[in-house]
Amino acid sequence: MQLDTIAAISTPMGEGAIAIVRLSGEQAIEIAGRLFQGVGGKKLTDVASHTIHYGHLIDPRTDEVAEEVMVSVMKGPKTFTKEDVVEINCHGGLVSVNRVLQLVLNAGARLADPGEFTKRAFLNGRIDLSQAEAVMDLIRAKTDRAMNVALGQMEGRLSRLISRLRQEILETLAHVEVNIDYPEYDDVEEMTHQLLIEKAQYVRDEIKKLLQTSQQGKILREGLSTVIVGRPNVGKSSLLNSLVHENKAIVTDIPGTTRDVIEEYVNVRGVPLRLLDTAGIRETEDIVERIGVERSRQVLKEADLLLLVLNYADDLTVEDENIFKAVEGMDVIVIVNKTDLPQKIDLERVKELAKDHKLVTTSLLEDVGVDELEEAIAALFFAGSIEAGDMTYVSNSRHIALLNQSLYSIEEAITNVQAGVPIDIVQIDLTRTWELLGEIIGESVHESLIDQLFSQFCLGK
Amino acid sequence: MQYEAGNYDVIVIGAGHAGAEAGLAAARQGAKTLVLTINLDMVAFMPCNPSVGGPAKGIVVREIDALGGEMGKNIDKTYIQMRMLNTGKGPAVRALRAQADKFAYQHEMKKTMEDEPNLTLVQGMVEQLVIEDDTCTGVITKTGAKYSAKTVVITTGTFLRGEIILGELKYSSGPNNQQPSIRLSEHLEDLGFDLVRFKTGTPPRVDSLTIDYSKTEIQPGDDEPRAFSYETTKYITDQLPCWLTYTNEKTHQIIDSNLHRSPMYSGMIKGTGPRYCPSIEDKIVRFNDKPRHQIFLEPEGRNTQEVYVQGLSTSLPEDVQHKILQTLPGLENAQMMRAGYAIEYDAIVPTQLWPTLETKKIKNLYTAGQINGTSGYEEAAGQGLMAGLNAGRRALGREEVILSRSDAYIGVLIDDLVTKGTNEPYRLLTSRAEYRLLLRHDNADLRLTEIGHQVGLISEERYQKFLAKKAAVEAEKERLQSIIIKPKPEVQELIKSQGGSELKDGIKAIDLLKRPEMSYEHIAQIVPSEVKLDEEVTEQVEIQVKYEGYIEKSLQQVERLKKMENKKIPTDIDYDAIPSLASEARQKLKKVLPLSIAQASRISGVNPADISILLVYLEQGRIARVSNE
Repeated sequence: MQLDTIAAISTPMGEGAIAIVRLSGEQAIEIAGRLFQGVGGKKLTDVASHTIHYGHLIDPRTDEVAEEVMVSVMKGPKTFTKEDVVEINCHGGLVSVNRVLQLVLNAGARLADPGEFTKRAFLNGRIDLSQAEAVMDLIRAKTDRAMNVALGQMEGRLSRLISRLRQEILETLAHVEVNIDYPEYDDVEEMTHQLLIEKAQYVRDEIKKLLQTSQQGKILREGLSTVIVGRPNVGKSSLLNSLVHENKAIVTDIPGTTRDVIEEYVNVRGVPLRLLDTAGIRETEDIVERIGVERSRQVLKEADLLLLVLNYADDLTVEDENIFKAVEGMDVIVIVNKTDLPQKIDLERVKELAKDHKLVTTSLLEDVGVDELEEAIAALFFAGSIEAGDMTYVSNSRHIALLNQSLYSIEEAITNVQAGVPIDIVQIDLTRTWELLGEIIGESVHESLIDQLFSQFCLGK
Repeated sequence: MQYEAGNYDVIVIGAGHAGAEAGLAAARQGAKTLVLTINLDMVAFMPCNPSVGGPAKGIVVREIDALGGEMGKNIDKTYIQMRMLNTGKGPAVRALRAQADKFAYQHEMKKTMEDEPNLTLVQGMVEQLVIEDDTCTGVITKTGAKYSAKTVVITTGTFLRGEIILGELKYSSGPNNQQPSIRLSEHLEDLGFDLVRFKTGTPPRVDSLTIDYSKTEIQPGDDEPRAFSYETTKYITDQLPCWLTYTNEKTHQIIDSNLHRSPMYSGMIKGTGPRYCPSIEDKIVRFNDKPRHQIFLEPEGRNTQEVYVQGLSTSLPEDVQHKILQTLPGLENAQMMRAGYAIEYDAIVPTQLWPTLETKKIKNLYTAGQINGTSGYEEAAGQGLMAGLNAGRRALGREEVILSRSDAYIGVLIDDLVTKGTNEPYRLLTSRAEYRLLLRHDNADLRLTEIGHQVGLISEERYQKFLAKKAAVEAEKERLQSIIIKPKPEVQELIKSQGGSELKDGIKAIDLLKRPEMSYEHIAQIVPSEVKLDEEVTEQVEIQVKYEGYIEKSLQQVERLKKMENKKIPTDIDYDAIPSLASEARQKLKKVLPLSIAQASRISGVNPADISILLVYLEQGRIARVSNE
C-alpha cells in the first residue's frame, strides 16, 4: 500500500542533546534529500540503505544553512513502518527540532497523526494480526490525549486567539466568496488586492506573535531554564541542593508528537524551574572561568533566569563585575550568600551593580533567606516580567508545527497577491491557513464558510 | 382497474429538469425508456426564475454537456440573453448565465424527448411503486396503468405532498397550481424512507407593458457570442435586456407592518427554506439596517409580457404584494399578473442514497433532483443525468459510474448529498468545491468528454473533435516550451507597454506567458503559431500555463484523495464489531455506509482517529481473509 509521507518529532521534547525528526513514506528520502547538503555533495537518494550521513539542512526559501544534522537513511521494508524511513538527528531543544520539522513539512511531508507510525507499521504488515486491537486502542488513546491537551489549552487564551483569527479569515473568505457567487450583489465592496493584502498581513503578524509565545510555552513545558552563575565556591551547589531538596521534584506526563515523555523539573511555588544538572553546573563554572568567551555568553543568553551568586564573606572581584556585565539585560536574581560568615562584601556596590534586579541575602548553610529567594522567583514569574506571564502560550510541538505551516501558507498568499494572481486563486492559500489553524483547535468544518456567507450578507433572488 | 401497460428498461417519474436528463441519458445509451409526467404541457418547465447558469451552476451545465446531456444545448437554442459572469476574476470562477425564453425552453426540450428513438413520453401520475424483495420492478399510475421496468428513477421535484402558501391561504398543490403528488409520498413513507419537509418560494410576475423602464437601470447581455454547449455553432444575436430597480424605505415599512400576516412568522410554514433564496420579508427582518435591496426585472420570454421580479420572493398575502410592487421605482403602476407564493414539499433524506443515486433501501430505485433536497434547475439536471445514466447502465447490465469531487461539480453535489445530507434545500456554490481551480467552466470538456464517450452519450464525431482540441493544446504548450524569446527592441517595447520589466536575457516563451502582465495574445504577437488555433485552444493554453503552480498544488491534493478513494469499504461491514470507534462516528458510519475511506472521512463527526481505526480494521480483515485461503 502506498501512503503519503509523514513526519514528526520522535524524541522527547526538550530533553537531551539530540532530537530526531522521523519521516516515513515513499517520498521520505526524496524530501529529506531536497533539504540535505552532505559533505562533498553527497546525495541522500544515492546512499546505501541503513547508513548515516553528516551534513546540513538548507532552507530552500533562503538558501541558508538551517541546521547541522546527521541523517539516517533506511529503505523499506526493513524499517519500523516497512516504508522508506529517514531520521534526521539535530541539536536538542525545541527551536532546532521544530525548525527541522518545519522544513520537511514545507518540503512536502505531512504532519503525522497521533499513533500514525504504529498504524503504518501495522498496515504494512510489520505488526501481526493479533496486535490489531492494540493498535486501534493506541490510536484512540493517543488521539484522546492529544485532544485533552488541546482542550486544556483551549481554556486558556490560545484557543480564543486562534478562534478570533480564524473568524477574521473566515469573514475575508466569505467576502471573496460573495464576490464570486453573487457577482451582481451590490452591497459589498469588491475584495481588492490591496484589501486582501492588509487582511493577510494582519493574520500573518498575529500568527507570528503566537509563534513567539512558543518560546514562552517552552518555559512552562520544560521549566524556566535556570542557570546558577558565580565564582567558584560562592555556594552554587548549595543553592542547587537547597532548591531541589526543599521542593518536591515533580513528574509530569507530557504528550509529545509521537511518543510520550517523562520530564522532571523542580517546582518552586508553582514556577517550574529546569535547573541544569551537575554537568551543566560544572559547565557554568567553566563559563565563569572563561567569561568573555563568546560561547559562554551564548549559554547565558539562552537561559530564561539567572541566579547570580556572590560571596558575602569575600570582596567583590573583577570576575564578579564581569559576570554582572555578561548578564546585562536578562532576568537575574542576585543572591549574596554566606551571611553566616563575617561581611567583607561592599553591599552598596552590589546594589549599584544589581540595578533593578532583586537582591536576596542568604545563608544556605543555615537555611536563611531561601524563602525570600523563592518568593522573588515566583514574583518575577507571576508579575509577568519573565515573558511567560500572561499564560497565552503555544507549547505543543504539533501546534507549533501547524502554526508554522499556517504562517507559510499565509506568506504564500501575500506573495501571490503581490504578484497579481487573481484573488479567487489566492484564496486557496487563505483557505489552507484557515484549515491549518482549525486543526489546532480541532475544528475544520468546511460548512462554516457557507454559514458565514449567509449570515454576513443578505443574498438571494 | 389495473392493467398491464408495458415493459421498459427504465422508467422515469417526472419530466422536469431532472426527469428530462434522466430519460434522455437512459434512452441514449440504448435503454428502452418511459418518462411519465403529471402534465405533458409542463415538460422542463421553469416554475421559478427564467434563467440557467450562474456561478457554479453554469459550470454544471457545461459538465452536463460534456457528459452528453441536454440542458446546455437546449438553453443555447432558447436564450433571450447570455452573459459571462466574473470575467474580472480568475478563470476558475468564470461562469455563463442565460436568461431563458421559458416557453421556448420547455417546448424545445419536449420536442427533443419526443424525437428520441428509445424514449416514450406519457402523461400519468404515479401513485405506487411495484416492489418485490426490496427491489423496484415497476410503477402503477392513478389510472391503473401498471408499467414494468428493470429500474425506476423518481424525479418529482416539489410535487410530493406540495402545499402552496400565500398569506393566510394554504392549499394542496404542486408548483404553479399543478396537481400535487400525494399518494406517492405516502407510499415512500410506507416503504420506510425518511422524508423531510422543505420550503421554497417564488416572486410575483408583472405585466411588462405597465412598467416604466425609464426609472430602472438596463442590464444588457454580452455582445460577444457565447454558448453553453461545446456543440453549439449558431448564436442568437437578438437579445433582450433585463432591468434593475431597488426596494426602499416605503417597501420595507409595508412589509414590516404586515409581518403578522406572513406565514413565515405566523408559524404556518414549517418547512425549512434555503438561506440563499430568502423571501423579501426574511431579508428585511434579518438585515434590517440595509436601506435597499436589488430587484431585477427579467422577461419570461419573447412571446409574453410577463416579467419575473427577481429579489421579491414572498408568501405575503396578495393584497400586500400589490402594495409592495407599487413602492418600487418603475413599478408604481405595474399590473401584477401572478402573485408570489411559498411552497412546501417532501424530500427524502439524501443520506439514504448510494453515490450512484440508487436508494439503499430499495434496489433498482433511483431518485434525482429536488426530491433529494436540492434546489435549482442545474442541480436537478446534473443529478438527473447521473441517475438516468446509472439506471440505464444497471438495466443494461453495465457497471455504474460515480463522479468524484475532483471530476466535476456534479460529483461535489452528489457526494455532499449522500455523505453529509442537507438540512435546507441545497444549492451549489463555488466554495463547496475544494478543487475549484480544477473544476472550471473552460475545461469541462477536458474533464468529462472521455467519460461521456465511454458511456455512449458522446458521439464519435464529437469525440474526435475533442481529441483534436486536446492535442492542439498540448502541441501549442510544447511549442512555447521550446521557443526562446530574445530581448529584441520590439519585445521589450511590448513588455514595457504592459507595465512589465524588460528582459535581461532570452526567456522561454512559456515562461514569459507566466508573467501576470502577459497574455497569450502578446506571446502570439512575438512568436505566432504557424497553424491557426481556435480561441478555445489558446484560452486553454493560457490558463494551464499561467496557473500551473496552483493547478499543480490542487493536483497533488487530488492525488491524495484518489489514494483514499481507492481504499474501498465493503458495504456489509459491521461497524459494531469495531470497538475503538467513537460512538458518534459509529452511528454516522452505519447510516451513510461510505463506499471508500475518502467518503468516510468527509462525514461530519467522523474524525481522523476513527478513520485510522477503520483502516486498521479493514486491513485486519484483509489479512484474516488471505490467511484463511
